Amino acid sequence: MDQDRIVITGIGLTSPNGNSLGEYRQNLLAGKSGVVNYETRYMGPVLAGVCSFDELRYQKKKDIRRGTRAGSIAVYCANEAVRDSGLDWPNVARDRVGVYIGITEHGNVETENEIYEISKFQYDTKVWSHHHNPRTVANNAAGEVTLNMGITGPHLTLGAACAAGNAGFIHAAQMLRLNEVDIAVAGGVSESIHTFGIFASFAAQGALATHEDPTKACRPFDLNRNGIVVAEGGGICTVERLPDALARGARIYAEIIGYAMNSDARDFVLPDANRQAECMQLAMKRAKINADQIDIVSSHATATEQGDIEEASALRRIFADSHAVINNTKSFIGHAMGAAGALEMLGNLPSFDDGIAHATINLDDLDPRCALPNLVINQPRELGRVDCILNNSFGMLGINSVVIIRKFQG
Amino acid sequence: MTSDHIRQVILEILERIAPDEDLTDLDDARPFREQMELDSMDFLDIVMELRKMYRIQIPEEDYPNLNTMAGTVEYLLPRLKDVAVGA
Repeated sequence: MDQDRIVITGIGLTSPNGNSLGEYRQNLLAGKSGVVNYETRYMGPVLAGVCSFDELRYQKKKDIRRGTRAGSIAVYCANEAVRDSGLDWPNVARDRVGVYIGITEHGNVETENEIYEISKFQYDTKVWSHHHNPRTVANNAAGEVTLNMGITGPHLTLGAACAAGNAGFIHAAQMLRLNEVDIAVAGGVSESIHTFGIFASFAAQGALATHEDPTKACRPFDLNRNGIVVAEGGGICTVERLPDALARGARIYAEIIGYAMNSDARDFVLPDANRQAECMQLAMKRAKINADQIDIVSSHATATEQGDIEEASALRRIFADSHAVINNTKSFIGHAMGAAGALEMLGNLPSFDDGIAHATINLDDLDPRCALPNLVINQPRELGRVDCILNNSFGMLGINSVVIIRKFQG
Repeated sequence: MTSDHIRQVILEILERIAPDEDLTDLDDARPFREQMELDSMDFLDIVMELRKMYRIQIPEEDYPNLNTMAGTVEYLLPRLKDVAVGA
C-alpha cells in the first residue's frame, strides 16, 4: 500500500564539518575533517567534533539561555528541515505533526553545570537553578522544537544510546504508518561534548582517542586507532507518507524501505556481531531486498578495537559476496552520539544524485581483523548509480538499529 | 548601596536574563512585565541572581514588591544598605 511508503522530504543538519547538506557533502567528498582541539571542564584539552551553526537563526538569545544545547541543535535542524521541505508551514495542521528525536544521553551537561555553579557557593543548594528540571527532562530536545515551532502533536526524545539517530527515523515511520501523525520531524541530536563526564568515562574505559593531529584522531578499522572522538551535532528530516508528499509535489530525497531494532542482551558495553547481523538481515527482509541490492553500507564503527572487529565480522557475514561498498562517516566528524545515525545516513544520501561513495578516512594501516570487501579507503569512489543505502547504528546496553533508504523510484 | 547602585544592579540582571530586550527606556514606575517579555521563570532568575550576588533571601510573599524597578529598589534599599558597591 502506498500509505505505508514513507519518504524523506526535507533535511536540516549541523555537523562538525558542515551546517547544511550541501556543505557537509562537499566536505565529506573532499576528505575534510571536523575534529578539533577542545577544552573541557576538569579534564583540560581533549579532541572533539564541534559545530558552529547560527544559533540565532531560529532562536532568541533568551531561548538559548533558558534551554539546552541539544534543544538549540534540534531547533536549528528542525527549522532547516521544514524550510527545506517546501511545506506550507503556516497552514500545516500542527496537531498532526510529531517530533521524534533520538538522543544518546540527556541531562548530564545541565547537571554538571549546576553542580559547578553551586560549588562556587559552598554547595548551597539554594542557588540550584529553577531551570534545571525543564532542561533535564528526557523529552527536552523534542519539546524545545515544539515550543519553538508551535507544534502541538506528540513529541518524544528517544533515548537509544548511539543507535538513537536511526531510532528517530524508525519511530517516525511507525507513527506515520499508524496514522498517528501526518508529518514527522525526526532524526537525532547530541550535545555530549559539553559534559566532561562522557570524555572522562571513555578515558577510564581506555576508549578516548588521542592524536597530535585532531583531524587524524578518528581512525575506524585502522590498526593505530585508539578510541572514540566525541562530537556534537544534529540531523533532522521531515518524513511523510508517500501519497501526501506526492500530492503536494514535494521533492523526495529518499524512501525509507526497511528498518529494524534489536538487543544484544549480553553486555553493558561490548557489541555482538550476531545480533548486529540479525538486525541488518531483519531490516533487509522488511525492505524485501537482499544484500546484493545494497550499494552502500554506512558503518557504525567508532574506532574502538572491539567495536570495529564485531561490526566487521557482522558485515562480512552479510556482504562478503556483495557489490556493496562500505564507508564510515565518523572518521570525518567523530562520534556524534545521538546524532550519529542521522548524520551518517544523511552524509551518504546525496550519493543517490552524485553516484559517489564518500570514504572512510584515516585508514592507513587496515586492521586485518577488519578486512572487508569494498571498504572505501581514504578516497571517495565513483559508483555510477546508487539505489540503496544501509545505515548501521549501534549503542551501549546492546541496542542495535538499522535503516535502509532507497532512491525514490516512483 | 544607594538607590542608583541598586537600580544599576537590577538593570544588569535584566540584561542578562532578557538579552533580546532594549531596556534603554525602561519606566521605573511601570511593571516589568508590561514593558518586556518576562515570565515567572525569568522573575525567579532575578531572585536567584540577587541570592547569588548578595546572599539575600527574598520570601515568596515579598515577590509583589519586585514588580517594578521602583518597587524593587525600594524593597532592596534597606536590605542592601550595608553592602559595599561592587561587592
